[in-house]
Amino acid sequence: MTVRGNVAFRFKPGDRVRVDTRIPTGHCRTPFYLRGKVGTVVLVHGAFRNPEDLAYYRPGLPELPLYMVRFPQAHVWLDYVGPSGDTVAADLYEHWLTPVAAGVRDAR
Amino acid sequence: MHGEHDHHDHGHDHDHDAHDAIEADARPPTEFEMLEQAIRELLIEKGIVTAAEIQRQIDDMDSRTPMHGQKIVARAWSDPAFKGRLLANAKRVIHDEFGIDLERSPEVMAVENSAGLHHMIVCTLCSCYPRLVLGIPPAWYKKKAYRSRAVKEPRQVLAEFGTVLPDDTEIRVLDSTADLRYIVIPRRPQGTEGWSEERLAALVTRDAMIGVTEARTPATDPHREAPAVG
Repeated sequence: MTVRGNVAFRFKPGDRVRVDTRIPTGHCRTPFYLRGKVGTVVLVHGAFRNPEDLAYYRPGLPELPLYMVRFPQAHVWLDYVGPSGDTVAADLYEHWLTPVAAGVRDAR
Repeated sequence: MHGEHDHHDHGHDHDHDAHDAIEADARPPTEFEMLEQAIRELLIEKGIVTAAEIQRQIDDMDSRTPMHGQKIVARAWSDPAFKGRLLANAKRVIHDEFGIDLERSPEVMAVENSAGLHHMIVCTLCSCYPRLVLGIPPAWYKKKAYRSRAVKEPRQVLAEFGTVLPDDTEIRVLDSTADLRYIVIPRRPQGTEGWSEERLAALVTRDAMIGVTEARTPATDPHREAPAVG
């Protein structure tokens, strides 16, 4: 864990994470097609206000760590047509990510 | 989207004045257009904003064009030190070195294509777009077809834009889901050694900075000299 300012960052580049599968009511910025998928943190963007609060005119504090997480396309789409090196990445807030232990294989 | 730019100032009584005639659509307004108009008129009636302020904001939006991005990419191609600064902190560099006011902009990040790596930008959740450097997004960027297909079958979408890349090139789709906006630095075309930034900028297209095409080449340069005849 890294602390910057008042924000603790649970993940660092290279960490493997799974996107939560919960389906909350209201606004959120986690695309459905990535829920339950395992990817790798590639960038730590910093801390940003929580859009799930901001959408309802609340302050969105405390700020949340935001990461770029990259996924192999062949893992995201079981019928992906294209080479295995193709990837898709999204920017995801920390409260949507859980750690994946080394050695756990992607559910392909 | 017409809704965000329409500028009806008549009342709700459906009297059609002269102003209406130049803007009236053949179709009835959509629910979103009616909602936008109602909110805009209420904000003006309550004195929260003026019609002139709204018009200034529209003018401001319209004044942003991909030209900003073209100059940024041309300099990145020409000046490796600038490119390094751009990749490290695009928002600050674009503000400091191009004088583009990004104070109200979300974070901006530049990503660089290379041999073996091609980036393609989409916003699957809405239509996030680096407006301050690329202007108003093209209509297709906001359509569900592009937004859903870009992440699921990017190679097929790229092919429809005339962009066919070899299998050993990684297609890296970036879904701008949150607080960052992305601009692609396409690969510098071959045969442009020694070109000025101004000449290079003509090869940089909006679509190349979204990542659905590559940059123009000297052969497709819109400013190229006509070949000698005979």
